[in-house]
Amino acid sequence: MKISEQLALASCALLQPVTGNADGETWRVDSELLVYSESDGRVSILEPVANLGIDFEDESSLDVKLVIDAMTGATPNGAHASSSAQTFTRPSGNGEYTVAPGDIPLDDTFHDTRIALSADWLQPVIDDSTRLALGANVSSEFDYFSLGASATLLRDFNGRNTTLSAGIGLNSDTITPKGGIPDPLRNMTSAGTPANRSGDSDTKTTTDLLLGLTQVIDRRTIMQFNYTLGKVDGYQNDPYKIVPVIDPVTGLPIAQSGNDLPYLYENRPDSRTRQALFWQTVHHLSEDVIRVSYRHYRDDWGIDSDTVELKYRYVLGEHDYIQPRLRYYRQGAADFYAHGLYDGEPLPQYVTADYRQGEFDSITAGFRYGHSFDRRSELNFRFDLMQQNSKVIGTLVGDQLAQDVAPDLSALFVSVGYSVRW
Amino acid sequence: MKFRIVLCCAIALPACSSLNTVKPWDKDILARPEMSLTDSLTGDALDTHIFFSKEGSSGGSGMGGGGCGCN
Repeated sequence: MKISEQLALASCALLQPVTGNADGETWRVDSELLVYSESDGRVSILEPVANLGIDFEDESSLDVKLVIDAMTGATPNGAHASSSAQTFTRPSGNGEYTVAPGDIPLDDTFHDTRIALSADWLQPVIDDSTRLALGANVSSEFDYFSLGASATLLRDFNGRNTTLSAGIGLNSDTITPKGGIPDPLRNMTSAGTPANRSGDSDTKTTTDLLLGLTQVIDRRTIMQFNYTLGKVDGYQNDPYKIVPVIDPVTGLPIAQSGNDLPYLYENRPDSRTRQALFWQTVHHLSEDVIRVSYRHYRDDWGIDSDTVELKYRYVLGEHDYIQPRLRYYRQGAADFYAHGLYDGEPLPQYVTADYRQGEFDSITAGFRYGHSFDRRSELNFRFDLMQQNSKVIGTLVGDQLAQDVAPDLSALFVSVGYSVRW
Repeated sequence: MKFRIVLCCAIALPACSSLNTVKPWDKDILARPEMSLTDSLTGDALDTHIFFSKEGSSGGSGMGGGGCGCN
C-alpha cells in the first residue's frame, strides 16, 4: 500500500467512531475488478484487487491487499509510423514482426500477468496522539520483481483536528527483460543474428520521503497536503523501447546496414530525483460530497506535470449515489525525449521515444455508481473514458510530416466493485 | 517558487487561530465513510496504477517507483 493510502486510512481512524462487532473489531473487505482497454489494438488489462482490513479496538489496523494484473495487447515500441513497411526483431531475437505503412509500430511481447501483495499495519505508539504505519510490498511478473517497505509516523494536534506525518519508503526492483539487457544506443539487429545485449538483469532502488498535513477545516471540510521527494537510482531504461534513426531528407528510417536495423535501444539517466506537491479537499454539502485535488510534479529529467481532479458525489435516495469525475492532466516532455534521431547527427547521451516521456495532455471523465444494501455493504460500478493527446516535439522532416508521429490514445475503464464491513 | 508558497501555507495552517477547532462530538459528518480522504480504497489504487503506467509522473497520491515495469 502506498504511504498516502496509509495516511488516508489513519485519518479515517481519527474521525470514525468504532462501529465494529461485539469484540470492538471491524473487518472490511473491499474488492474491485477493472477492465482497461485501449484503442487501436493496444493494451488491455484485466485487474482484480482485493483488500482485507481489520480495525482493532485500540485503533490499530491491518490491511492486506492482493492485486493481479493480466495484460494483453501491444504497446508502442518507440518507432513512429512510416509510409514504408517496417520490420522489427522480437526481444528474444528469434522472431520478427512487420508493421504496415501508416501503422503505429506496436510490440506485443509484454503479454504478462503480474501479482502484487502488500501488507500495512497501523499502530498507536508512545501516546494517544502518535501512530506508526508500517508497510511491505512485493510484486512479480516475468521480467520484473519488486520488493519494498515503508514507515510513517503520524502525530495529532489541536484536538485531533491536525495530523502531521513523515514517512519513508524504499523499493528495490530487479529487471530481467526477455532477451537480456539491451546495450544503450546500439542497434537492434536482424532476427537470428547476434544481438547487442549484455547481461540478463539489472536493478534499481527507489527512496521516497513524504511529509503530510491533514487539517479539519470545519464540521464539513477536511484538507490534505502531501509533499513527496523521491530518488531513483539504477536501471531506468525501458528495455523494449527503441528510437528510430531517420534520414534527415526523406524522413524515412535509414536503410539497414548489415545486421543493424535503423533502430537504437533507448538510454535514460541512471538517476532521477522527483518531487510532487499534492493538495486535496473534501467538503460535505447538505447531502452531497465534493472532492477536489491538485498535484504538481517535477523531476530532473525535465518532466513537469499538473493534475486536477474533481469528483462530485450525488446522493440518490437512501441507498444510491452517482459520482461523476473529471481529471485533467498535462505533462511536459523529458529533456531527452525525441520522436527519432537524424542520421549523421552526433548521438546524444540520453534519448527516449517512449510516448509516456513526451509532451501530452489527458482528460479522463466518467462516473461511479454505488448501491448500498445496508449500512455495511455496497456494490458499485465505474465507467471512465480517457483521452490522451500527444504533442509533436521539434521539427519533422520529409515523410514524418505525412505521418502521425505523436498518436493519441483513447482508453476505457470499466469496473465492478463490492465492499462489505462487519 | 510555487512549491515554497504552498509549503508555507501548509505549515502555517495548524497555527491559524481563525480555524475553529472542531470538537469530537461535532465530527459526525466528518466521520461518514464518504468523507474519507481515500474515495475508494480499490478504485484509487487502480487509478493510481493505470495513470502511473501511462504518464511520466508519480507521487502525491501515491509513492514508490517500484511494483511494475510500467514507467
